[in-house]
Amino acid sequence: MYKSFLIKYGEIAIKGKNRYLFEEALVKQIRYALASAEGAFEVRRLQGRIYVDALSDYDYDEVMEALSHVFGVVGICPVVLVEDEGFEALVKDVCAYVDRVYPDKHMTFKVHARRARKNYPMDSMQLNAALGEKLLLAFPDLKVDVHHPDITLCVEIRENINIYSTEHPGPGGMPVGTNGRAMLLLSGGIDSPVAGYMIAKRGVAIDAVYFHAPPYTSERAKQKVVDLARIISRYTGPIRLHVVNFTDIQLYIYEQCPHEELTIIMRRYMMKIAECFAGQDHCLGLVTGESIGQVASQTMQSLAATNAVCSMPVYRPLIGFDKKEIIEISEKIDAYETSILPYEDCCTIFVAKHPVTKPNLRAIERSEQKLSDKIEGLLQKALETAEVIEVEGKE
Amino acid sequence: MEAYLDNSATTKCSRRAADIMMRVLMEDYGNPSSLHGMGMKAEDEIKLAKKKIAKTLKALEKEIIFTSGGTESNNLAIFGSVEANKRMGDHIITTAVEHASVLQPMQRLEELGYRVTYLPVDASGMVLLDSLEGALDEETILVSMMHVNNEIGTIEPIEAASKLIQKKAAHALFHVDAIQSYGKLEVCPKRMGVDLLSVSGHKIHAPKGVGFLYIRDKSKIKPALYGGGQQKGLRPGTENVPAIAALGEAAAECAGHLTSNAGAMYALRDSFISEAEKIPGVTINGAKGRDAAPHIVSVSVEGVKSEVLLHSLEEAGVYVSAGSACSSNKQSVSSTLAAIGLKRELLDATVRFSFCPSTTEEEVEYALRQMAEIIPFRRKFTRK
Repeated sequence: MYKSFLIKYGEIAIKGKNRYLFEEALVKQIRYALASAEGAFEVRRLQGRIYVDALSDYDYDEVMEALSHVFGVVGICPVVLVEDEGFEALVKDVCAYVDRVYPDKHMTFKVHARRARKNYPMDSMQLNAALGEKLLLAFPDLKVDVHHPDITLCVEIRENINIYSTEHPGPGGMPVGTNGRAMLLLSGGIDSPVAGYMIAKRGVAIDAVYFHAPPYTSERAKQKVVDLARIISRYTGPIRLHVVNFTDIQLYIYEQCPHEELTIIMRRYMMKIAECFAGQDHCLGLVTGESIGQVASQTMQSLAATNAVCSMPVYRPLIGFDKKEIIEISEKIDAYETSILPYEDCCTIFVAKHPVTKPNLRAIERSEQKLSDKIEGLLQKALETAEVIEVEGKE
Repeated sequence: MEAYLDNSATTKCSRRAADIMMRVLMEDYGNPSSLHGMGMKAEDEIKLAKKKIAKTLKALEKEIIFTSGGTESNNLAIFGSVEANKRMGDHIITTAVEHASVLQPMQRLEELGYRVTYLPVDASGMVLLDSLEGALDEETILVSMMHVNNEIGTIEPIEAASKLIQKKAAHALFHVDAIQSYGKLEVCPKRMGVDLLSVSGHKIHAPKGVGFLYIRDKSKIKPALYGGGQQKGLRPGTENVPAIAALGEAAAECAGHLTSNAGAMYALRDSFISEAEKIPGVTINGAKGRDAAPHIVSVSVEGVKSEVLLHSLEEAGVYVSAGSACSSNKQSVSSTLAAIGLKRELLDATVRFSFCPSTTEEEVEYALRQMAEIIPFRRKFTRK
């Protein structure tokens, strides 16, 4: 029955003179989200409001789902828009609305009118009273409760008149693209997709880099990462995924360096490679799914040793999260089931049984000197042979 | 070069089977239960397929029930015979090396209160007949034993087992999972003394999604599904006519060349094994010579994880199966490999090569060359 949706947004409203930039970004993201839904839609800005109008048949649940993925959206209200044809006509429209949306009238309500167009002959208070009275007459089972009503019927007098009574929560945050771009180190695990989601929630667009190591990791493990990128791209917008073949570097480190330092040294080279792609893609930082103390490579000392190779800031949105909290978000964004698919790899070969947990940066750097013969060439080759996959929310 | 050496996972559909399938899909597409001529044509396709299959088994046409494949055949045989004979006793015997589609139903029956005995095997994977004799009792209603082991290729002593069952528990039904043997070895249920026998289509160059269960005339089993009464009510549902027609053709093709195909694959297997054993740290699992099926070779490689070897071979265009998955994802190790007493460190260092009649010497030689190259290199990298 709804032809339109009223989109409510939060933080954007306080951004002063930049406000139009945020609104434009939000409109763009809404259009991107709706592209994955069937049907034709128009997204328009009008007097500090964003409306989505359906221009064809559409699936209500699918549209709701799509809109609820757009950062910056605080609420989505399915709305009935009617022309102003006088108060009597409005009464008819409001009654028809209540009748269709609430077949069972045993409930309490209040009318919340807003006169945004000041030349309307009745003010908000008069509208509240008059519409409430007409509704009570039309539907004797209804009762008024101005403090804790079951439904709040919003009637807004604008160019058109907006009638709505339900608001579905949006994800909040800020529209993607309003805060630059960052490079996400994406693995097939639970944490990194959540980190990508979190950073995007603050308006940051993301690209990603995945390190695969055939034959130690399988084609299915790579496909899983592409699938995860697709899942988070429903929130983050399109993701350029760089797939780097890391095997030769890994084997070289294995041959040259102390076994218990493999993971740290490996991660340092991953950061270096990620930073190269970040530069190419005009990113302002790196993003990882690390949280303090989760594994040996995520102690404060290990993080410091990994961090030392980066000149760009490294954002770690999950730094203070427990695994349980990360899993909750992962489930919320529908990534969890994919993250736990058992296409594990045999990379455990490269994980020492007793890795260092308090690496000393000097010692690590000394170990890395043993790589000086070939590492530059191997890095160059890894950068040159990386595969680029453009990932979008649509299949 | 590419070498598909994973024919025990699935096979390429034969051209003739595919052609027949396409013809039935597009021309004889009637419902075999329809009373009109189109229905009769479809029914004729099923009859013809049954006739071809019955001939390969030296069995009666009415003893063939079509299913969706090996898993369904095994489930129908096990649950159907237990359901029909539960008043006779509560004891079931199977082996420690069965496929999951037998083991899992057995575990379900245990949950339902049945006693299940899992017979041990020797180091070659051969069931110990003494333990079968010891396990059989008056309460035994079903014995389920595979003909050829899917992981290591060992041929189980079906006829001898049948004689023991006849002697000690004549009322028990004997089910044989022949999914890896049918089409490769002679399978004659009557001579083998088998009551129920499962076959899968896609292991013998027919399409996926079709198979059959041989049910010896007069053997009583209950259906697993209930519906429109097709196939004597034992497996209701409109028959998968195109796939059934293709299965009949593929079965006839295999039977027509059984001896020569087996001879050719045994020759490949023998030379593969003797070459593979020359690679240091490589051992072959399962029975030797003609005690094993012609098409399956299980290879353990010291110091190289099966998934690493599998993916390294894949990079070279050689496709095989892993005996069991890499231990990093905590999947259970293969029960067959554990049952033959394989060393722990080899459980996740085992791959399976499986041939088909069109596998060439060149393909096998190529795979061996790749192995000889890959193994010493990958062995350098182990967890420390």
